[in-house]
Parts: sequence; structure tokens; C-alpha cells
Amino acid sequence: MAEHPKREPPKREPLSTESDWTFELLQDYEREIARIAGNFGLDTYPNQIEIISSEQMMDAYASAAMPINYHHWSFGKHFLGVQNNYKRGRMGLAYEIVFNSNPCIAYLMEENTLTMQALVIAHASYGHNSFFKNNYLFRTWTDAESIIDYMLFARNYIAECEQRHGIDAVEDVLDACHALMNHGVDRYKRPYPLSVEEERLKREEREVILQQQVNELWKTLPVAEAEAQQHEHRFPEEPQENILYFLEKNAPLLEPWQREIIRIVRKVSQYLYPQRQTKVMNEGWACFWHFHILHEMYREGLVTDGFMMEFLQYHTAVVYQPPFNSPYYSGINPYTLGYGMMQELRRISESPTDEDRAWFPDIAGTPWQETMDFAMRNFKDESFILQFLSPRLIRELKLFAVVDDQDKDYLEVSAIHDEAGYQKVRESLSANYDLGNIEPYIQVYNVNVRGDRALTLRHEMHRGRPLEQGSAEEVVRHLQQLWGFDVILESVSGGEVKSRIVHSELGIGA
Amino acid sequence: MGFLIDRRNNPKQKSAVNRQRFLRRYREQIQRSVADNLKGRQITDNDRGEQISIPTKDIGEPQFHHGRGGQITHVVPGNEEYTRGDRIPRPQGGGGGGGGQQGSPDGEGMDDFVFQINQQEFLDALFDDMELPNLTKRQLSGLEEFQRRRGGFASDGAPANLSIVRSLRSATARRIALGAGRRRELRDLEAELAELAEMPQTPEHDARRAELLERIEVLREALSRIPFLDDVDIRYHRHYNEPVPHSKAVMFCVMDVSGSMDQATKDLAKRFYILLYLFLSRNYDRTELVFIRHHTVAKEVDEEEFFNSRETGGTVVSSALDLMKSIIEARYSPAEWNIYGAQASDGDNWPDDAQRCTALIRQILPLCQYYAYVEITESGDKPLWQTYSGLEGEWGEVFAMQHITGPGDIYPVFHELFRKQSA
Repeated sequence: MAEHPKREPPKREPLSTESDWTFELLQDYEREIARIAGNFGLDTYPNQIEIISSEQMMDAYASAAMPINYHHWSFGKHFLGVQNNYKRGRMGLAYEIVFNSNPCIAYLMEENTLTMQALVIAHASYGHNSFFKNNYLFRTWTDAESIIDYMLFARNYIAECEQRHGIDAVEDVLDACHALMNHGVDRYKRPYPLSVEEERLKREEREVILQQQVNELWKTLPVAEAEAQQHEHRFPEEPQENILYFLEKNAPLLEPWQREIIRIVRKVSQYLYPQRQTKVMNEGWACFWHFHILHEMYREGLVTDGFMMEFLQYHTAVVYQPPFNSPYYSGINPYTLGYGMMQELRRISESPTDEDRAWFPDIAGTPWQETMDFAMRNFKDESFILQFLSPRLIRELKLFAVVDDQDKDYLEVSAIHDEAGYQKVRESLSANYDLGNIEPYIQVYNVNVRGDRALTLRHEMHRGRPLEQGSAEEVVRHLQQLWGFDVILESVSGGEVKSRIVHSELGIGA
Repeated sequence: MGFLIDRRNNPKQKSAVNRQRFLRRYREQIQRSVADNLKGRQITDNDRGEQISIPTKDIGEPQFHHGRGGQITHVVPGNEEYTRGDRIPRPQGGGGGGGGQQGSPDGEGMDDFVFQINQQEFLDALFDDMELPNLTKRQLSGLEEFQRRRGGFASDGAPANLSIVRSLRSATARRIALGAGRRRELRDLEAELAELAEMPQTPEHDARRAELLERIEVLREALSRIPFLDDVDIRYHRHYNEPVPHSKAVMFCVMDVSGSMDQATKDLAKRFYILLYLFLSRNYDRTELVFIRHHTVAKEVDEEEFFNSRETGGTVVSSALDLMKSIIEARYSPAEWNIYGAQASDGDNWPDDAQRCTALIRQILPLCQYYAYVEITESGDKPLWQTYSGLEGEWGEVFAMQHITGPGDIYPVFHELFRKQSA
């Protein structure tokens, strides 16, 4: 696939011929991979590559892949689950985990063969790393410089709270925050890099100010006013989508340390948010680069035929997409989709067909590295698919769209891989990667400031989809715990309230 | 260019705290699971961990999800037969065809969450809310274990234990004490000398000055000969051996092995003994076991013989109690040992023996911390039960008895016997 007819570098001696890795060999491979990645123009954070054992890999899994994290039972549960499945051979562990920080930390499993280590160094330490450094979402919302410091602060702070207020009290707050974690993302404000010490000072200052603000908010004298006026002054004035932020700033009964914990969970959620929005692109980008970097090594004679056979076997396994009727099918493989789209971008740039010229007039025939760099920097999964999913890839994967309307007892195929269907398939697939569609869209709508302080949230129903009742009630219960007064969750469709969950201190009602 | 770091030797148990948190949070469920599993466990299994399963719904972490209903468009790969407008019957049960995968997470959630706990955690869960009903006796058991403790100072010892502060302090004291008289004289003489210096020079005065100077010289010489540090000043830190108090328990396993006790019944008894032994060993530093089996006569045996050999014949319970009493008198002084009795029987006894049994058990109970009688029987009250039944009221603190009919009863019965009493 990767052809360079013009440039054929002189053959060199292979770096190694055996399949076991040593630190010296890894160093050699890493150096060559770094050189080639540099030639391709990949811009990365410095790399920190750590070799770990399977047990440490399970530890890493358990703490949401964070090198440092606070203690919580749910991480322990995750660990036990992974451990049990792994020991019984029900699942394999990842070959690597990469963490978005500066320097970029990649964990490599010691069980990997030399080929696999080279593959994952190219994949994680150069593919993912350059994506972390340059994609606009990561640039805007995450701060790779300060995350380790922040997590260190978070862990110490929560441990301190546990000592002061007891494990149970802290656990209650964390449980409630975790339930709302996906709704703790701030889309507009950008976090600001701080050292541990600055963070501590800021926190103390914040504690005092926050409490003052809250007192101010509730310091309302009960003046008899017309009902109508209440409707004019809603609080918050605009609906707010960052529920955790709203609670941190406005929940009347919380102690300062509880607000700080909400803030920590919110920050972590914010930090992980771009990863959830760029799964396809990020994996596609990394797969694309490990593929081309290792091919370049082969072309230069640095690796043997045997190495390449082993590599291609891993590679094809990773980017395999089982069809929907296969027992192995579990949704669209983000590696396949992402890798396929990245390869398509290069192909469309280098050797476009007439179809490509019609669909992608802007990029057909442009220098491929520039095109791909542009795509990597400025998109997320949703927009990337909407912009760049090519008809040829739709044909290759034989994608088709099925409408599942719960009111009908059949599913209807709405588009297939034909001229009439490309645009529809592309739009539908793109919509499936929009977190706004995947997750229920819930906003803080109103607080009854002058009455019983009840908090009203609104769920805008997307295409008539309701909330899953059981878990929603649980989350509302947690929400009530943080807010301290009644909480009402309304599901709204077309401006009309369809259903309602009410949780007061006395319990759930409807 | 990157750094390579070998982390394999770093501590592995990074999640240990989180794991403990999880176990702590779900203690009740784990206990329930342990109690359930105990029924199926082999007798010899008690030194390994246990597989615990908890219903997934109990340990869920709730989040807002979409439920069933409304409209979803799935995009699915691998189309071979469909064209636009085709209608597909809705696949049942969420899984399988046309893309139920994204729609509903309810396919999962029915399975139990399964994980392993180790032996220690297993025992913790097993005995968590139980306690030994009576105060334990802690006894200095003689020359078994000592702890080195610091205690004052000594005038001899190893150089490493030299106490510099103490040594110098006593040196100073000695120097002050030895020199005091001479220094006083010296001060007087020097004062006189100073006075003389004021006076006019006469031969008498000169003679006196010479005398004084000579005497001062002698005194100074004497003072300078007092040693700065002498052997008698040296002090050492003293250490001594303090005996560590130990609690010791002895557990008497008394079992009827007459013809009426079949192997299944003995197995049940054995399970009960093992639980008791595990429980005692967790509470005491040392636990000894005495096995007494009896039919018409009682005999002290080793563990192997206790559980495995077969006997036939009638049952005289008092013989075992008699032996237990004499062993206590001979080897286990109640002042020093915590004595526990566990008797298992199918409840048979010679009718004539009841009187003697009652008398003996009344002598034994005051010596014991606790005496538990379990009757392994299908049917109602047997002779021995009736013999003992008067005791519970009178000796309620020390004596308890329970029925066991099958393996499932053992843990509940055990739990009942050692339930934490609220004070």
C-alpha cells in the first residue's frame, strides 16, 4: 500500500533477527522509529516508555489508565473483574496503554514479543502521542503539562478528606459524582495549568469564596411577591449542561471539601472527555502510522521478512471488522473505521479517482501529509466521519443504515452502499458518534429559589428516546443527596413534559 | 527520542487499597456468599480462598442511559442481501442480528459479578461478626518469648550502649564533689593574696605571700589531677527481657464414635470442629487441640484416629467427660489456659448415665470459657439433649447447645453459638 517509487534508500542490516526483546534492542528500535516518525513530520511530546507486568497492567486498567488516581471502591471492582476474567482466560490484556501527558507515558506489557513492542511504540508513542499533542480538542480541553500534578493533588486531597471526615462520607460524595461524571463537562471554559502548590493555595481561597457565594445566594428574605414575577427570574437564567459544575457552585448545603471533591471529579471527566470524542480518529491515526512507520523500516532493511509477517498478522487482527451477522460482531470496530478512513485520505490525496474528485474536490490531489495533518488537527469523530467517510470505504465495509423505531415491530433498512445511500449512511454513522446523541441530553433547568429550593432538570428527548428508568432513578437519588433538597427530572419532547422522576428526602415519586 | 523505564519491579499492588474498599463496601454480600459457599466446601478446603459472586445489579454504578423506545438509526457493516426499504423482523432478546448492540445495555446485567478472595479475606468474612463470648485469660507463660525493653542505666554493658549524657553527668558530679574542699581553700588563699598585694611590702608579708603561693601551687596541682572522666563515671543503657504475655487456648473435641455414628455424621462433626479451630486460632496466639473419642470408654487420640477409625458398641458419655476433667487437671490449669469444649454426638446415651453426666458437666463448666454441644440428628430430642437441657439457663454464659441436621446448618449454628453479644 505504501509506495515510494522515487525514493529507495540503501538496504541496511536488520536491527535484530530474534523475537525476544531486550532493553538495548528496544532502544535501537525506538531510535529508528523516532527518526522515521520525524521524517514523516509527526510532532510529539517527549516519550516515556515503561515496561510493566501483566499485574501492573491490570492496576493501570483499574485506575482509568491514570498513572495516579484517588482511591475508590469502583476501581477495586474493576480490578477484580479484570483479574478474574484474565485469570480464567476470558480476556486478554491490552498490549499497551498510553496516557495523555507531557512527557507522554506509554505502558508496554513485558509479555509482548519484540515485533509487538516495536508495533506499540510506533502506535502509541508516536501515533497517539502526536494526536494528543495536536488535535484541537486535546489542545483546548486538556493540559498535558499539569495533569500528573493535578492527579497527585487530587489523591492527597481525597485521602486527607477521608482522614478528616471518614471513608464513608467521602465515598458518598464520590459515588454521587461518578454517577454524574458524564454530565460534568464544561465545553467552553478552558482549564488553566497550575502546580501542586498553586493548586493548594487556590483551593483554600476557593473554599472561602464559594461558601460566601452560596450564603449570598440563599440570603433571600421571604418577601411576598407575585407568582408571575417568579417565572421571570429563573435561576439559572440559562439552562446549564454541566450539572457537576452547577452543583459545585450552587448546592446550598455542601461543605467546602465536598465542593472540592465535585471539582476533582469534574476535572477528571473533563480531561477524559476528548478521548471519548475521538476514539475512531485517534485509533485510526495511530494504526495508520504504525503501519507506515514499520513499512518504512522494512523498506530500509531494518527489519526482517519474519518480523513483517508477524507484524501484519497483528495488524490485520486489530483492524478486522466482523460482519453484523458474525458471532464476533460487537459494533463497528473503531480501529477498522479509523484506519480505513486515514488510508482513504492518503489515497484520495495521492491518486484520486473521478468519484473522489466529485466528493472531495478540496483534497483530491493535494500533498497527502498536509491533508492528513489538517484532518487530524481539526476534527472529532462526528465531524471527521461527516466530512471524510468516502463512498469507497462504505462499499468496502458494506455499511448500511437500519432505522429502529420502537413503535413498529420491524426494522427498516434506510440506506445501503449505493449512490443514493452514501450521504445517508455517512450522516447516520456520524450521528452515532455524537456524544450529544449517545448520552441523554440533560440540563439544569430551574431552581425554585423562593420556595422549597427544588431543583428541576430537563432531559431533551432525542428522537423520542426515553431514559432508562432504573438507573435514572438511582442517579437522581445521588443528585438529591448532593443538592440536599427535592430534585425533579423531566423528560421533554417538543416542549412537552413526557415523564417525570421526583426525588425528595422522603424517597422516589413519579 | 524516548526514555525506556523498567517498571516491572515496582510494587504491584497499586490497586490493593481500591480492592479493600470494594470488599469493605460489599461486606454483607460477601458474607452471604461465603456462607452459601460453605455448604459446598470440602472439609480440607479451609486453607484456601473462595470465589465470591455478587449479583451485578447490586454493585452497579448508575449513569443516565437511554432506555428502550424512540427511534434509533444503526449503521452496520457486512451487508450482503438488503436493499433500501427492506423490512427486517425485530430480533428478539437484544443480541444477534441487525444491531441491537448499541441500543440496549440490558443484555448484560443479569450475570453475577464473580471474583476471588484469599484465605485471609475469606476467614475475615466468615468470622466477621462473631466473637468469643468470655474474657480471655492472658498469661505469662514462662520462658517462651521476650521483648527487649529499655530500663534505666547500668554501670557495665557493651560500648554500643554507652550513655554519653549520663556518663558525663556523673563525671561532672564526681569532679565537683572531689574538688570542692580544695577549691574553697584555693579561693580563700587567692583572696588573701590579693589583700596582701594591697598592703605595704614587709618581710612578714613577703614570707606569707611565698607561703600562699606555694600552697596555691599545690592545690592547683591537686585539682588538675582529678580526672575528667573516670571508669566509675561510665554509664550504659540497660536493657532487660520482658516476658510477652500470651493467650493460650485448648480446645477439647469430644465425639461419640459408637456404632450409631456413621461417617456422614462424623463429617458434619468434623466440619464443626474445623470451623471452631479456625476461629480459635484467629483469636489466640496458641491453640492446642485435644481429641477425645468415646463409646463405652473414652480415649485420647490423635486427629487421624479421631476422625477415621470406626468403633462399635454402646455409648457412655460420662466416660469422655471424666477423661476431659482429668486431662484438664493434669495438663491445662484453668488459671493459665482458656479452655473450650466442643462436643458432637448423635444424642445417644445409656439412660443410667444421665445422672453422672450432669454431675460431671457441672464440674467441668466452671473451668471452661465456653462449652458447645451440637447434636447431629434427624429426629427430635435424644437422651443427651434432655440431660443437658437444664444447663442452658443456669450456665447460659458458658454453655450452649444446638441441633444440626445437614451440612447447610453448620455455619448458621456456629454463627449462632458465637454471635456477637451486644453488651
